[in-house]
Amino acid sequence: MALLSKKDTKLITDPLSDNNPITVQVLGICSALAITAELEASVVMSVSVLFVMGVGNVVISMIRNIVPSKIRIIVQLTVIATLVIIVDLVLKAFAYELSKTLSVFIGLIITNCIIMGRFEAFALGNGLWRSFLDGIGNAFGYAVILIIVGFFRELLGSGTLWGIAVLGDPIDKTGLYALGYENNGFMLLSPMALIVVGIIIWVQRARSKHLIED
Amino acid sequence: MEHIELFFKSVFIDNMVFATFLGMCSYLAVSKKVSTAIGLGAAVTFVLGITVPLNWLLDQFVLQDGALAWLHPSLVEFDLSFLSFILFIATIATMVQLVEIIVEKFSPSLYNSLGIFLPLIAVNCAILGGSLFMQSREIASIQLATTYGIGSGFGFFLAILAIAAIREKIRYSSIPGPLRGLGITFIITGLMAIGFMSFGGMLTGGDETVPTKTDVAVEEIKDSTANGFAEDDENIAFESNNKLN
Repeated sequence: MALLSKKDTKLITDPLSDNNPITVQVLGICSALAITAELEASVVMSVSVLFVMGVGNVVISMIRNIVPSKIRIIVQLTVIATLVIIVDLVLKAFAYELSKTLSVFIGLIITNCIIMGRFEAFALGNGLWRSFLDGIGNAFGYAVILIIVGFFRELLGSGTLWGIAVLGDPIDKTGLYALGYENNGFMLLSPMALIVVGIIIWVQRARSKHLIED
Repeated sequence: MEHIELFFKSVFIDNMVFATFLGMCSYLAVSKKVSTAIGLGAAVTFVLGITVPLNWLLDQFVLQDGALAWLHPSLVEFDLSFLSFILFIATIATMVQLVEIIVEKFSPSLYNSLGIFLPLIAVNCAILGGSLFMQSREIASIQLATTYGIGSGFGFFLAILAIAAIREKIRYSSIPGPLRGLGITFIITGLMAIGFMSFGGMLTGGDETVPTKTDVAVEEIKDSTANGFAEDDENIAFESNNKLN
């Protein structure tokens, strides 16, 4: 028996394109925009969300039949908050500088609508394995957008990728800078994150016409 | 004076939506009509005005390093700040539920206009963000915390009202198909955020020596986008002092 049936594979691949949590379901925008000035921060954020979503979906799916629906939001928030505290403490222990950069945005994973949204829409009505796949599928969809935005903002804004200068040295005027190229510092400011995501949505909808709103 | 300064700072300079991108989800989802946008904006202001001072009390008397000293001198060595996420979100969820019940009992008309938004608010990042920023900026007193809560709520109100008005009008213009709806909303928000950046000079009053843009700009910008927003002005002031010396 295959590990992933056709339906299961769809759970992972769908959120990457046609059912992307950010550009189509419009969930979890807050954190996607605020921390994407550097590629490294985007990747760490994606991994944190991947962990919280994968584990959180499994836990919620396990307890879905014993939690009364009236208090389910508080129960869900408690589960997420516990997982986020774990992430926060791990980051503080092993990557202190980065956890300073991400500041309150790690805490804000708690209210990241992707997580609550997928709990409500999927994990409450489905079994363990499928919920887990849905969780990591959506986390990957989130990661794709974060990494694209982080890539362009860091490359165009500071001429580096993952902190490594790829376009040459702006002070010694080597590489591209010798030709008169300048970094676009504006890309590092927060409004450009919105505009970059807007452009990603434009490109995606131009490619798959059925997503166009009227 | 302090209060007025903090209020304007939280409305314009550190605007929830445009500077920190908090509450974007509901900002995008509920901004199709002006009337619903007003309802959500009012509800957010209301809840922020209640939860930020409450969480301030929690932070001062339970969570901070040594905050438990008022209970018993031997408890002074405890630092519970790692619990702040879970306690803040619990306070918010409970308060929202409580506010919903009270409003329903005493003012059915307000409940009808505000009610449907209240459950949405428990998971609105702007609310938790307000408390977390309150904690990381070390706001000094409970009055200031209240001002900060109401100010940031009002900033959200302003932002969602503006975008809803624009979206109502923009329906009549011919936008390229793939950009319609979500895409153009993002780009408009980006442009509005650029506009709001111009309020950044408000606190310095314009008569301080501002460092020449070209040489420090890149580093400054990197700092300010990465590390949150409270320290920006201090950084600039600090840099300019250094220059003078």
